[in-house]
Amino acid sequence: MNLVSDIINVERKATREGFGEAMVLLGRSDKNVVVVTADLGESMRVDEFEKQYPERFVQVGVAEQNMMGISAGLALSGKIPFAVSYAVFNPGRNWDQMRVSVCYTNANVKIVGGHTGISVGPDGATHQALEDIAMTRALPNLMVVAPADFEQAKKATMAIAKHKGPVYLRLTRPKTAMFTTSTTPFELGKAQVLRVGKDVTIFACGGLVYEALLAAEELKGEVEVEVINIHTIKPLDEETVVRSAKKTGKIITLEDHQINGGLGGAVAEVLGEKWPTKMVRMGMRDSFGESGEPEELLAKYGLDKDGVIKVIRKII
Amino acid sequence: MVDLVDKAREIRVEVIKMLTLAESGHTAGPLGTADLFAALYFGGLINFKIDEPYWDDRDRVVLSCGHYCPVQYAALALAGFFPVEELKTLRKLGTRLQGHPVRQIDFPGSNYKQLPGIENTGGPLGQGVSVAVGMALAGKMDKKKWKVICIDSDAEQQEGQTWEAYQTAAKYGLGNLTFVIDRNEIQISGNLGEVMPIEPLRDKLTAFGLRVFEINGNNHEEIMAVFEQGKLFPDQPKAVIMKTVAGKGVGFMEGDFRWHGKAPTSEEAEKALWELK
Repeated sequence: MNLVSDIINVERKATREGFGEAMVLLGRSDKNVVVVTADLGESMRVDEFEKQYPERFVQVGVAEQNMMGISAGLALSGKIPFAVSYAVFNPGRNWDQMRVSVCYTNANVKIVGGHTGISVGPDGATHQALEDIAMTRALPNLMVVAPADFEQAKKATMAIAKHKGPVYLRLTRPKTAMFTTSTTPFELGKAQVLRVGKDVTIFACGGLVYEALLAAEELKGEVEVEVINIHTIKPLDEETVVRSAKKTGKIITLEDHQINGGLGGAVAEVLGEKWPTKMVRMGMRDSFGESGEPEELLAKYGLDKDGVIKVIRKII
Repeated sequence: MVDLVDKAREIRVEVIKMLTLAESGHTAGPLGTADLFAALYFGGLINFKIDEPYWDDRDRVVLSCGHYCPVQYAALALAGFFPVEELKTLRKLGTRLQGHPVRQIDFPGSNYKQLPGIENTGGPLGQGVSVAVGMALAGKMDKKKWKVICIDSDAEQQEGQTWEAYQTAAKYGLGNLTFVIDRNEIQISGNLGEVMPIEPLRDKLTAFGLRVFEINGNNHEEIMAVFEQGKLFPDQPKAVIMKTVAGKGVGFMEGDFRWHGKAPTSEEAEKALWELK
């Protein structure tokens, strides 16, 4: 998989940075790529795109519903629009527009939701998107992608631009561990077995994939943990999910999202039909977040390495 | 020269027939705007090719108030985009004439076949207004000659997204975009002025940066003339407040909000068709 050689001592950069860098590259390579944003260009890291391609940067102000509709209109006229804002608004506030003008229409819009999960931190629960996977996963024709780190966000951005059809890209605010490298393979729809194990499988997405890797490393010799990165939540790589469930017989899902309707829901649905397996869903347990530093919040809600280790010991 | 009065009458006849067979749907708005649709598709207001419906240089007609679709379906069929016979399938299982219009980019496994001439998926109010702005923005970015005409209803002015879209159209100076607002004073639950007044509409639209015109939307000369006048403002989006009579052409339907969202029975249709002939 070509991960970094030292998984413990890693550099840190946010997934939104990877997205921003990729957008500049895309702006250069494809003249049809357009950015539409609702007043959050800088914090979504599309300010450099704006600087370099001002004629392809559309600023609609604080009007997310309009942003989604305009993006649909641009796509229907041959553009590849990236509709960019915080996930609590996009798709939180413009879900109907996403459903009708984008998904039903099968318009080639890339919906980019930033600041997801409690790891948003100090801004508090109003700004921590914890339901966006559930909201997007329910929609036909829409692909749902949650990259695990900076490099993967960059690759995912390039890949979704090439994919014809609507995509939701889930990004995060804080600097998180960079454990993949520029040479780590990435393919939309293909889950990544980052670590092979036989005792228990962790299916994780986003920044928490790293916590799963740390937990697996710490338990080395005691429990052999398989860690699988589900960067594409829809369509789910069912084959990889079922294969690992058959092998280990014990499943943990891990996400910075509600346990209802997110990655855990997706995995449970597949296994419920194809290979019922003992399972624990880790995530926010039907509650909102709160203010705090990202690490403090992950620790409080049991979503960091130590929380994962606790659950592994319980399920084993 | 096509007789637009006659074309509008033909459109109204098809609207009544298709809604009666469908046994559900919206009657008042489509009848009220038949004159506009006659002018668009038969009066030379828009460029289109019936054998190449998604020709790059066509003008785009966005129907934001999607529930008006019977009038657009009838106009498209009479213009030759698809057989008039197909109008009978409105709202029936397997039809291309869905209850609300669908524009869907084809993909493997889709269970919808595109009805030619439809530009947007419409129904939830306010959405088409933004989609039209997006199209006009794309046209402007690429310095295209085609234009966008967006039809929205008066009750649609109650929807916040509509105003978000207007302010963006004004900010980007979308002179290639005209909103035609059907002012028929009714909505599903009653008279617009009682449900939620929208006055002073003209002042509001002007304040949002649009170049506003007011016409009688049941008069073909006024419809044709307003698009000519619009050309004088190439760098500003236009709004045409088009006063129409809801249910126009059928006496017992005219001005009655109860005809917003229902279809005629066959007895009612017989009376209506007699009146239209």
